[in-house]
Parts: sequence; C-alpha cells; structure tokens
Amino acid sequence: MLKIKNLKADIDSKSILNNFNLEIKPGEVHAIMGPNGSGKSTLSNILSGKKGYNVSGEVLFENKNLFELETEERAHKGIFLAFQYPLEIPGVNTNIFLKTSLNAIRKANGEKELDAIEFLKLVKLKAKNLKFDEEKLNRQLNVGFSGGEKKKNEILQMSILNPKLSILDETDSGLDIDALKTVADGVNSLRKKDNSFLIITHYQRLLDYIKPDYVHVLMNGKIIKSGGPELALELENKGYENFN
Amino acid sequence: MREKQIDKLKDYKYGFTTDIENIRAPKGLNKEVIEFISKAKKEPKWMLDWRMKAFERLKNLKEPNWQKPKYPKIDYQDIYYYSAPKSASDKPKSIDELDPKLLETYKKLGIPLQEQQRLNGIAVDAVFDSVSVATTFKDKLNEVGVIFCSISEAIQKHPELVKKYLGSVIPLTDHYFATLNSAVFTDGSFVYIPPGVRCPMELSTYFRINASQTGQFERTLIIADKGSYVSYLEGCTAPMRDENQLHAANVELVALDDAEIKYSTVQNWYPGDENGKGGIYNFVTKRGLCKGINSKISWTQVETGSAITWKYPSCILQGDNSIGEFYSIAITNNHQKADTGTKMIHLGKNTKSKIISKGISAGFSDMTYRGLVDISSKAKNSTNYTQCDSLLMGNKCGAHTVPYIKNKNPESNIAHEATTSKISEEQLHYCQQRGLNPEEAVGLIVNGFCKEVLQQLPMEFAVEAQKLVGISLEGSVG
Ligand SMILES: Nc1ncnc2c1ncn2[C@@H]1O[C@H](COP(=O)(O)OP(=O)(O)OP(=O)(O)O)[C@@H](O)[C@H]1O
Ligand SMILES: [Mg+2]
Repeated sequence: MLKIKNLKADIDSKSILNNFNLEIKPGEVHAIMGPNGSGKSTLSNILSGKKGYNVSGEVLFENKNLFELETEERAHKGIFLAFQYPLEIPGVNTNIFLKTSLNAIRKANGEKELDAIEFLKLVKLKAKNLKFDEEKLNRQLNVGFSGGEKKKNEILQMSILNPKLSILDETDSGLDIDALKTVADGVNSLRKKDNSFLIITHYQRLLDYIKPDYVHVLMNGKIIKSGGPELALELENKGYENFN
Repeated sequence: MREKQIDKLKDYKYGFTTDIENIRAPKGLNKEVIEFISKAKKEPKWMLDWRMKAFERLKNLKEPNWQKPKYPKIDYQDIYYYSAPKSASDKPKSIDELDPKLLETYKKLGIPLQEQQRLNGIAVDAVFDSVSVATTFKDKLNEVGVIFCSISEAIQKHPELVKKYLGSVIPLTDHYFATLNSAVFTDGSFVYIPPGVRCPMELSTYFRINASQTGQFERTLIIADKGSYVSYLEGCTAPMRDENQLHAANVELVALDDAEIKYSTVQNWYPGDENGKGGIYNFVTKRGLCKGINSKISWTQVETGSAITWKYPSCILQGDNSIGEFYSIAITNNHQKADTGTKMIHLGKNTKSKIISKGISAGFSDMTYRGLVDISSKAKNSTNYTQCDSLLMGNKCGAHTVPYIKNKNPESNIAHEATTSKISEEQLHYCQQRGLNPEEAVGLIVNGFCKEVLQQLPMEFAVEAQKLVGISLEGSVG
C-alpha cells in the first residue's frame, strides 16, 4: 500500500529525514517511536502533502507516486492524517466542515454525496461510539475544544471518512485513560484487511490497546531498528539514550 | 501538480452583452440632455424643474476626493446619460410583449420574467441600462395596496408621493454624485407600502448595464407607511469591458412610525480583469430615514463586484426608539478597491444602531471600512455596537478601518470591536488534508467568517450570495 524508498527531507537546508525506508502492506498496523525532534511529524506532514519541505526519494501509495498528487488528491485516495496539533478554524461549524469533507471525498471517488439527514445519522452514530459530545459538533471547528477533545475530533473524522491509510501523529498524547481506550476502540473498529495504520507515539501504553504488527524506532533521520510489539517494551525500559 | 487552466475572464459569468438596438441621448452632460431624458420619460414639468435645479447646483460642486481609492479623472462630457432598448421606449403593456432578447438576457442572468417561470414569492423590477423594462407581480401587490413600479411610472402615476419624499432623505444638494444623480437619473424602483401592510412578497430590482460608454444613474425610493413592513433586494451585473463605467445611484428609504424596511444588496458589477483593466465605478448614495417612532431600517450588503466600490448606506435615526442596522460583506480581489461602511446618525431618544462589517481582501486589492457613529445631544439613552472584522488573503492586499465617533450625549453608549485575521497556510493544509481543494477551503473559511451577515439575507438569496462569495475569491489561493 505505502512504499517509502530512500526518502530525504530538508527544511531550510537542515536535514531532517535521510535514507528513510518503510513499507506498509494492506491491513498492517505500524508504530513509529522516536525522540522529540527526530522527524516523526515531518514524515506525516510530507505524506499528507504539506508544502515547505525539500524532498527527494520515492513514495508510492498504491503504486502511485505521491509527490505527483496534491494534498486533497491524496485525501481523496484515502490518506488521512490525525494531526499532532489539530488546527482551529474560527467561524466554521464542525458539522459543516465534516460534511463538506466527506462529500468532497465521496464526490472525487464518484460516490453519491450525502444529504444533511444521511450525514447527521452517520455522524451521530460515530460520535456515540467515540463518546464524543454531539453538542460540540455545532461549535466552531476545534475552537474552544480542550486538547483531548481536539484529538478525539480527529478520530471522529477518521471514522467518518474511513480512510485506507490513517496516520496518527501522537493522537494519544493528551488523552485521559478512558479516552485512550475509546480512541483505541475507534481505531480497532476500522482495522480491516484493506485499512492500514501508521501510529506515531511516545508511549507503549497505546500499543497495549492497538496491537501493532511492527514497531520502528526513528533516530537520526532514519529507522534504526524494527521489530514486533516487544520492541516498544524494550524502548520503554531502556530509553533512547541507551538504545542501540 | 494542479494545472491552473481556468481562464479568469470566463469566471465572471454575467459578462455577456445583449445585442439590441438602443435609443440614446447625445453624449455629454448639458441642459439639452436633461431635457431629453425628462421628455423620453414623459415627465411633468415639476420633475424637469427639479432636475434643472440639481444641474444648476452641480455647477458649483466639486467631485469629492477624500476617499482612499483614487481613479483617473472622469470626463463627464464623454458619457451617454441615457440609453434604452428601442423596443422598450414605448413600454409594452405586458411582459409577454417584451423584446425576446430582453427576456433571454434576464433568463441568462437567472431572473426569468415570464409568468410561468417566475421566482416564487419574489416580485422583480428589471432595469436595463436607463429604463425599467418589466415589473412582475404588480397586480398581485396592488390587491393589498402595495405600489411597486419603476420610478418613472411613479412620477407619472403617484406624483403626490414622489413630490413629498423624493430628495427628502438625500437632499438635492447633498454632494457631487448625489446631485449629479438628481439631475440625470434615469430609472430605478419605487415602492410604497400602505399603513399596516406587511408586504406579502420579497421585492427586488435587478440592475443590468448593457450599453457601452453609458453611465447608469439609478434612483430608488421606498416608503414604508405606519406599521408596515417590506423586504427589498437589489442585484446588479454588467458586461466585461475594458472601459470603466459609472454607476451613480441614489437610494432613499423612509420608514414612518412602527414601520420596518429591510434592504439587501447583492452587488456583482463587472470587477475588471485580473490586471485591473475595466470594471464599474460603483459610487452610490444610499440613505434611510427612520422618520417615525419605533421605526427600523436594516441595510445588508454583499459587495463582490466593481472596480471601485464607494458607498455608505446610512441611517438617520430621527424617530424615538428607532433602530438602524448595517450588515456588510465586502470582498476585493485582484486590483479591486472598496471604501465602504455606514453612517448612523442618532437624533431621537433611545435609538439603537448596530454595525457588522466583514471585509475580505485578496490579490492586490485594497479595502477600507469607513464608518461614522454620530450621537446628538438630544439622543438620550442611545447605543451603538460596531464590529469590524477584516480577513486578509496573501500579503499584497490592504485592509484599513477608519471609524469616526462623535458622541455628544453622556447618557449614550458606543462600543467598537475590530479584528484582523489571515487565512493561514496551516488552515488551508488542514482543509486540504480533509479532501477540500484550496478554493473550497477558502470558500468554507470565508463563508464562516461572513456567516453573521449572510444570515441576514432573505433565504432565497443567501445560497446564491454564499456561492458568489466563493467565486469572487477564485484564483486567490494556490
Ligand atoms: N518549519 C520548520 N523550520 C525549521 N525547522 C523545523 C520546522 N519544522 C520542523 N523543524 C525541525 O525538524 C525537526 C523534526 O521536527 P518534527 O516535528 O518532525 O519532530 P517530531 O519527531 O515530530 O518531534 P515530537 O516528538 O516533539 O513531536 C525538529 O528539529 C524541528 O525543530
Ligand atoms: Mg511531532
């Protein structure tokens, strides 16, 4: 599904990723862990199509060169990024944003757009599953949302859009214990043989709830070690300094 | 990557020209031309005298130039002041007798005039260059005593009302453009709502400039008698041309005791091309008089077109407890310029005014909000609330806020809030990540920004206006 070969990324001639390689197959869950500033968000930003990076190498998504696609075209093809810091958009009603987003993606894929009633039915159901207070959906997007609510809102959007590849950038940071479980349930319910996940986290706790197929350690711009879930435990015990 | 293959000029979908035979007054501004206009409209002598008085006065007036958007000197002798489709010179009795070319034009503009296709619940007066070519639902309105016709017809059929109120809000001698209009005005709408009547449908006027080198001098007069209510909307478009054309309108509103007038504008005159060539100069005087106690006048404007927009729809709150409101969205893109806002003149006791202004500038454009809140010493216990928000797109455009406040009454209260914000790259990226293209993203954010004002528009027009807001900003991102 996703093949990253030799990815190199600079910002203002500062090298952030270098010789980065990763392959994710359909249905797999990969976790990436790495110290602050190691380039995890940079990676997710680049995959999402954010501008401002100097990139080289190859990134294929379902055998298509991602660098040839605009951000929204990647979204249409099923790439979703739950942002580490979800943005506030004043004036824009959350429900309207979600509906516009869903319909833009459906339309791009030649599917029928949902009308207001169909959409509300869907959003109600998803919000309920995620124990997301429906009343908040009538507020401006993320404005006045608590840190954890913003994160939950990202997962709500993910579950509505049902993407093929979901990238979760530290979605667990800032969630309380119950919310962590609900979010994990949300992810698990989307786990199907065609849906893949790239989960960026600092804490192995999340991985207790979402069992990853692979865990990777990102340091110095590349993956220095890959393994199974046990790698996360090892990291937790040793820390990055004593790793290697 | 994305291919920007949109031909910008094609974006203005109202830019076509109707090929129709015209009757024109000779070029230039002089006594003979004014006589020509008055004669073409079969006006009584008092009207011609009124025009001549304005013309005499005009000779002593100077064009103002305190506004921010400057423009090349206008040669007033190089303009046609009257142009009308030949077929409309003897106004047909019914719409079915209208020149098919005119019917087709309005149909293309989304304003079908024929009986069977009419917009539901909306009566339309269609003004083409210098004449009103048709007014729909006249009879139905007549049944409840509402008069809705062209101002030309009103001058002939309701002289007592016109004499009483024309120039009562915007005096003949007010300022250069208003006086020019008083001398040469051609057509516009007239509305009278009798006491106690709630006008059963939306009234609207659609202004179309078609002929080249022609100025449009619209004159509209709306009178809401005691305890009546009316909601009125005007829309405007013009063909794409390299030349600048002048639209200098006067709109007067009078609300008597307990009456309410809601006046909405969706202004989409041709804005000029990407490089700022051509477009309409929209220099308009709009003023409402809350003459009676408990009266209310509310202006809502969505200004997206014109090369230069220069107007301050205002309220004179003369009656005690009267209310004035101004809701505005002004959008400038490319090289458009706008200097717009309102004046709220509080004269009566317990008068209230509210100003909500949303300015959006993109490209190389420049936007000024200019507003006056004037509370006189007699206007005890009066309040004003002003909120002025600017949204900038890119860093080559400008936004300015110039609020003037005069409060001569210590018991009155004025509150002013202003914000300036920018659509950030991060916000755009967030929206794009959720599948919206940059234009859709901007549309969504901008519509959110304008929501408070859009909500004021009559339902039937809110959706159109919302689309227009998006279209006006097309090409301003990415
Ligand atoms: N716009 C930018 N300009 C300059 N440097 C940047 C920019 N964005 C990121 N960086 C730098 O790139 C490096 C990687 O940042 P990134 O946000 O990808 O780290 P991260 O692994 O996500 O860290 P964290 O765990 O703290 O979220 C950091 O040193 C950061 O300071
Ligand atoms: Mg990060």
